Amino acid sequence: MNIIKFLDEFTNESLEEKKSSRRDMFGTLGSLSKKAAMAAIPLGLASMPNKSYAYQTSSDPVSALQLALTLEYLEDEFYDLALASGVITDPAVEIVYEQISKHEQAHVDFLIQGLEGAGATPIEKPVFDFTAGGAFDPFNENGTGQDDAYAQLLALAQAFEDTGVRAYKGQAGNLQGSDFLTVGLQIHSVEARHASEIRRIRNLKGWIVRNERGPNMPQQTQAVYDGEENVTQAGIDVRTLGDGSPFSLDASTEAYDETLTGAEAEAIASLFIVS
Amino acid sequence: MKKKNVLKVSTSPHGTSKNRRRFLKLSGMAVLGSGLLMACSDDDDAINTPDPGPDPQVFDLGAGDLGVLNYAYALEQLEADFYTKVLNGAYWSGANEIEKVLLEDLYNHEVNHRELFSAAISAAVGSDMMAKLPDLEFDYGNLNFDSRTEVLETAKTLEDTGVSAYNGAGRLLSNPDFLVLAGKIVSVEARHASAIRTLLNPGSADFAGDDIVDSVTGLDIARDPSEVITALGNTGFITTPFTANELP
Repeated sequence: MNIIKFLDEFTNESLEEKKSSRRDMFGTLGSLSKKAAMAAIPLGLASMPNKSYAYQTSSDPVSALQLALTLEYLEDEFYDLALASGVITDPAVEIVYEQISKHEQAHVDFLIQGLEGAGATPIEKPVFDFTAGGAFDPFNENGTGQDDAYAQLLALAQAFEDTGVRAYKGQAGNLQGSDFLTVGLQIHSVEARHASEIRRIRNLKGWIVRNERGPNMPQQTQAVYDGEENVTQAGIDVRTLGDGSPFSLDASTEAYDETLTGAEAEAIASLFIVS
Repeated sequence: MKKKNVLKVSTSPHGTSKNRRRFLKLSGMAVLGSGLLMACSDDDDAINTPDPGPDPQVFDLGAGDLGVLNYAYALEQLEADFYTKVLNGAYWSGANEIEKVLLEDLYNHEVNHRELFSAAISAAVGSDMMAKLPDLEFDYGNLNFDSRTEVLETAKTLEDTGVSAYNGAGRLLSNPDFLVLAGKIVSVEARHASAIRTLLNPGSADFAGDDIVDSVTGLDIARDPSEVITALGNTGFITTPFTANELP
């Protein structure tokens, strides 16, 4: 799915949504007045890029790395801004964000070097908007208030990390046979370590249960979790492999993370890309 | 041979000598010339014995995709058995609700992984069931399953080892479906490792600590099977000998 089609569908869904679900959505985000929120979504979407950033036009390793670099740029800037925002007041959480920030910066540098080493021109860093056109205010720049901004700052981190895990996994096939496969896997597992930690700070399990985004996650992040309810691995319904708790639906979905296609990952990232 | 990279589980003051004895005992059980022993060749004076060739009595993981599946099956058998023991120990039964649920989840996931590999390997080998890794036996020696610290430190080592093993084995797989399957599992192992590390040291950077994620490159560890099997040999946890002569 290209980004424009995704955004069109998203827009229509948003506009057609019932008021009650909108209340839920913004109830969880708190801060924004309903009026502002109603206005913000269509405006935000209207200001979305009107061209598709087709990082992944083919299934070669370089395209996979360009997609990875885009996601790392996004994460890297997010954590930099989060740490500079003053929204994080818990020193333990600050330590976590600093460690993740260090890794995302390293991943950006590493991928740029890798692409240049492969003779490719690394994609330039996009211009990001972590408010997604006004839907969020994770850095408390628009008067959301400390508590709600903090909640959003953690929620977005979870969405980005869980997306990263799935997106890298989705590129494994494109990296197979290249020198980049192992390093891709080595980044992938770091993203998973991050995801688990952020989720646990948010009082969730470190692993994804069914396709649940979890309490207090903005509805816009559901695309990050769709498909995680899969129970078929290697052609086998893993619930049928035995009896008892290891083969429950919850355990059978928690035990395996799923992939995102390049297009799906782009669609999620594009919510935060201005140009 | 990067001896310093070998993981060792040290869960008690006597762990090293105990593990050493255990390993030597294992070594004596017809693994001469095996990948397991060769991988440790600079770790013991007694290993200057010439390679006597493959021992037909000892299971070899095999080559290629099947070798990697058997290798993963061995890791998952160990993890599943370990958490089974954890759930039968006094630490777990007396743990707080968060830790109890967390360790039960890990048990659930690892048992599920184990059974999936069992089924997938059975499907892959067809009637040649001799090519499938048998059920392994385990012995945790003096590891105290009543001790929170010993359980969690061992869990940390096993999960980190699993992550490094899958990261290192991905390139050995030819079938893209198996590669994706390994990817689906390794990220869950990494989620486990992160959670266990935070239980051990809350409010720290240990979830993705500098000991395991390179500060400059931001890369997690990837290890070849020979390194991982050496580390497992050093724990002495796996008492059924097997070799990995056809894996790097």
